[in-house]
Amino acid sequence: MEHITTPKVENVKLLDRYTNRKAASGTLYLTATHLIYVDASAEVRKETWILHHHIATVEKLPLTTAGCPLLIHCKNFHVAHFVIGQERDCHEVYTSLLKLSQPVKPEELYAFSYNPKMSKDNREIGWKLIDLKVDYQRMGIPNDYWEITDLNKDYEVCNTYPPEIVVPRAASKATVIGSSRFRSRGRIPVLSYLYKENNAAICRCSQPLSGFSARCLEDEQMLQAIREANPGSPFMYVVDTRPKLNAMANRAAGKGYENEDNYDNIRFKFIGIENIHVMRNSLQKLLEVCETKSPSMSDFLTGLENSGWLRHIKAVMDASVFLAKAVKDEKASVLVHCSDGWDRTAQVCSLASLLLDPFYRTFKGFMVLIEKEWIAMGHKFSHRCGHLDGDPKEVSPVFTQFIECVWQLMQQFPCTFEFNEHFLLEIHDHVYSCQFGNFLGTCHKEREDLKIFEKTHSLWPFLLQKKQELRNPLYRGFTAYKELQPNTLPFSFQFWCGMYNRFDKGMHPKQCVLDHLLNCMNQKIKLEDNASELENKLPFLDGPLPTEASFLSKVGCAASKTSMLNTPQDYEGKPPPVLTNGISVGDTNVTSDVDQKNKENLANHRDLHLNDKVDVLNSEAKDGKPQHH
Amino acid sequence: MEFAELIKTPRADNAVLHRPFHPTVEGTLCLTGHHLIFSSRRQDNEEELWLLHSNIDCIEKRFLGSLGSIVIKCKDLRIIQLDIPGMEECLNIASSIEALSTLDSVTLMYPFFYRPMFEIVEDGWSAFLPEKEFEVLNSVVSCFLSFILSICIYVRRSLRLRVLRLCFLIWDYLFPQVMMRSSQPLTGTNGRRCKEDEKLVNATLRPGKRGYIIDTRSLNAAQQARAKGGGFEQEVYYPQWRRIHRCIERFNILQESLIKLVEACNDQSHNMDRWLSKLEASNWMTYIKEILTAACLAAQCIDREGASVLVHGTEGTDSTLQVTSLAQIILDPDCRTIQGFESLLVREWLQAGHPFQQRCAQSAYSNSKQKLEAPVFLLFLDCVWQILHQFPCSFEFNEHFLVTLFEHAYASQFGTFLGNNENERSKLKLQQKTMSLWSWVNQPKELKNFQNPLFEANSLVIWPSVAPQSLQLWEGVFLRWNRPSRFLDEAEEEMKKIVDYNRFLQDKVNSMRKQIMEKETEDRIDRMDKMDRMDKMDEMDEMDEMDEMQENP
Repeated sequence: MEHITTPKVENVKLLDRYTNRKAASGTLYLTATHLIYVDASAEVRKETWILHHHIATVEKLPLTTAGCPLLIHCKNFHVAHFVIGQERDCHEVYTSLLKLSQPVKPEELYAFSYNPKMSKDNREIGWKLIDLKVDYQRMGIPNDYWEITDLNKDYEVCNTYPPEIVVPRAASKATVIGSSRFRSRGRIPVLSYLYKENNAAICRCSQPLSGFSARCLEDEQMLQAIREANPGSPFMYVVDTRPKLNAMANRAAGKGYENEDNYDNIRFKFIGIENIHVMRNSLQKLLEVCETKSPSMSDFLTGLENSGWLRHIKAVMDASVFLAKAVKDEKASVLVHCSDGWDRTAQVCSLASLLLDPFYRTFKGFMVLIEKEWIAMGHKFSHRCGHLDGDPKEVSPVFTQFIECVWQLMQQFPCTFEFNEHFLLEIHDHVYSCQFGNFLGTCHKEREDLKIFEKTHSLWPFLLQKKQELRNPLYRGFTAYKELQPNTLPFSFQFWCGMYNRFDKGMHPKQCVLDHLLNCMNQKIKLEDNASELENKLPFLDGPLPTEASFLSKVGCAASKTSMLNTPQDYEGKPPPVLTNGISVGDTNVTSDVDQKNKENLANHRDLHLNDKVDVLNSEAKDGKPQHH
Repeated sequence: MEFAELIKTPRADNAVLHRPFHPTVEGTLCLTGHHLIFSSRRQDNEEELWLLHSNIDCIEKRFLGSLGSIVIKCKDLRIIQLDIPGMEECLNIASSIEALSTLDSVTLMYPFFYRPMFEIVEDGWSAFLPEKEFEVLNSVVSCFLSFILSICIYVRRSLRLRVLRLCFLIWDYLFPQVMMRSSQPLTGTNGRRCKEDEKLVNATLRPGKRGYIIDTRSLNAAQQARAKGGGFEQEVYYPQWRRIHRCIERFNILQESLIKLVEACNDQSHNMDRWLSKLEASNWMTYIKEILTAACLAAQCIDREGASVLVHGTEGTDSTLQVTSLAQIILDPDCRTIQGFESLLVREWLQAGHPFQQRCAQSAYSNSKQKLEAPVFLLFLDCVWQILHQFPCSFEFNEHFLVTLFEHAYASQFGTFLGNNENERSKLKLQQKTMSLWSWVNQPKELKNFQNPLFEANSLVIWPSVAPQSLQLWEGVFLRWNRPSRFLDEAEEEMKKIVDYNRFLQDKVNSMRKQIMEKETEDRIDRMDKMDRMDKMDEMDEMDEMDEMQENP
């Protein structure tokens, strides 16, 4: 609280980025965790909540006649443009937010103060919800070829790996230790996913310290052990997900990539996914395009192309498809690495697993996948998401790209995922919110040091509670689809408006098929209850069976139509996700009144400004000139 | 002329058919007067392909030794390849297809030969006659009709100023506002005037009311049109009107755009930048945005400003129709039903004289240098799809309906889209000699394929967003043949299942409720009867007692 000098500022305007609607006017509150804006001008109470941790940048723009503009960009792509009457107030809010949004010490993070009034036992059970050992068992591990070893229990092999790792049974302790000395940051090859049907495995590691000519016998033995753990294939792939040029440049620093001559029966391949800095800049460009006010179609498409964003998404997807095909079609094991093996490698391994195994497309499976490939294997969430005040060059949307790739798959395979788009957005929100402990720190060791498991809550049970609204009504069940083979021609990739323009409701479809179907699912349960209740009642009254009577069903049909008409149509799209403590992020529109929605629907109708570019025929007619509502 | 003369080789055995995302099939190829028929010889799962010659946009021949291949590019954007053994057969078949797919005489087209295999429940030709439509209008706003009649006298004279089309009331929206369309006025460079035209246009506005003239050309283009005798309304002579220019592209520019877009969609390259830059360079999405914006503007003038609108471009047969028909879809819930949409097409496109035959003579694979082709109607359908995409519960019809209309506008067994205007159609005696598309579509059996399971009648005005982020490439048309559709079809099925099951449950619950209610009323009546009877018995008892008392004082 010491950062908050002005907890409340009145007469603050909130500008709408896109419409020429009259700016809202209201009051701004600063709390320990949120910035809250209450719109006083609206007929209904409308609140905008912004979590401090979600704030990416705060800018004070040059003073205007209306006041002092404060522009806030959030990590979940919410952009809020406030105008504060007094410059002094603006400055105070600005300095407070700068400090609040960039905590210096981990203890300042929301997760450590977040208290959902849950018993200690339940909290502990929550942390045990996802058990990676169970997932390895599901793959049949331990088996003749693979074992779960605790060689890393004191983080002696690798301090960014979890204590328990899966390695080939044939690899001795000496091999493992030896190999770890030859891999960047000791990140040795470990198993990521075993495709039970043919024993082909996906393994991951960091780059070898090969320089121009260095070799390591143990590392070569390690790869041989991995290859031999899949007796069905005479060779294995080693995939370097970096562009060749980058990998070659690394050789000068004593790192590099595997020399095919030194390793028996490997097929080496580069897949050019760019590094974190390129991705960060790409997202920056994409967001600039998304924020452009009334862009032409040409501006937008050119901007989209120049940002390179979809090119990168496609590269990640292509690499994952390559992995999945190698495993499934060629029955070959694959070892994947990039530089440190915690960014691109995590993306590619997790997506390939998702393509191969329907389990990862369920709620539970997706949680396991994130815990396994991202959290346990040391994706540096804290640095990549900028949780704490730190090096801005370490921030990169690597996880966002993974989430988007999953969304792209959902577009191509609408019935194969148990969860819907909101689930992805919820996870994406919480990766940045620091409200739960899962994504804090950079690796397992650090999370232990931070006492995450004792002091914070796990996200997953909270998401499971909301399963009803996060599920996919079109899901055809676990067994309906096995491996997915996505089309990766460029036209298969769409711009994800629901993510990057998520808070610009005017751009979204005014009626949402997903919400409609979710409503149907809820209604279905009620109707089924009703039906069985009535069925129990009916036998006491004798008469013809209801479904047979045609005239009756006609009446029923009319009635059902009316009831459908009465369901409010959702013109604002999905209401903003409600955080589990009942606080909502983004615009909260309390009303669900149809008339109100209709009004807003009209108000959202943009870009048709009669006032622009009109050729005024009759100057006398000017007073009656169409006013934009 | 006999078709047989054009068919040099009517049949080729051992031909091989290649289609994207289908296994290749070996079989027999037959040519008839109107169809290319390919039939696999497998008895178990016989596959047949029937392709209308008029659906063929262009063909390419390739030879590899004695094996010839014909690549057939269709107007519905599909591309198939036929391998035909024998150089001569292949050449013969190719030249026959070429000849049969480019017949110049309309009366040789398939609709004149097609005999329907279904029973006609309702004749589509008479379903949307103007009199019938006006009857509806009449009953809704009879007072307005008399107003129209009063201005009709001016219409004849106004013709002198207008090219081809005259002002025509096409839509009423709560009395005072009308939407009209016309062609450009023939003001020429000298600024010619026509008193009658001014009177006619001004008469549609009540005193004190205002109107907007939406010119679908840029101001520049409109000014240039004066040199050719055309032009635009002078402000001083139409004092209640304000003119707004909204540039919508036309003719060959649109055709080129379509060709570029389809070329981009068929590009198998994995280069994302190339795809996006080709998509951008085609300008297709730009035109979609322009048309939608103009339509929203027209609708906004009517709905938000309470003003009347007159829309025109040059001839009033292309961009004008896009704007007026889309504006009606935005404003009028009736146009979002299947019947209403069909009626809209008849009124706003067929009767309004959109030259379908010229515009749809060739599609995206044409290399002819003719200037008359343009995907004006396809752009309109695409815009409807964009609105449908944004309001998935507000339309009675589904995407499949729009795709079907696109196909039939370019090649069809029905006569609906033949000819360039009503005049030509009546000369061709289409009503007598061909079948209407609507006769087929409106059969209950077919109709159910075109129904949107999510539809819930919605009387509101629906305002689409025209932000680039909100507009998407219409995959159902442009990527239809370039990707497998299985997973999306399954999603569609699943959606239908959910909605249908809910309707079934609702019906069941309602009917059971009704039964219980009826039963309960019956019981109540029974009970009341019983009580009545008991009351009466009581009374009788009492009376008896009294009688007894009287008898025995």
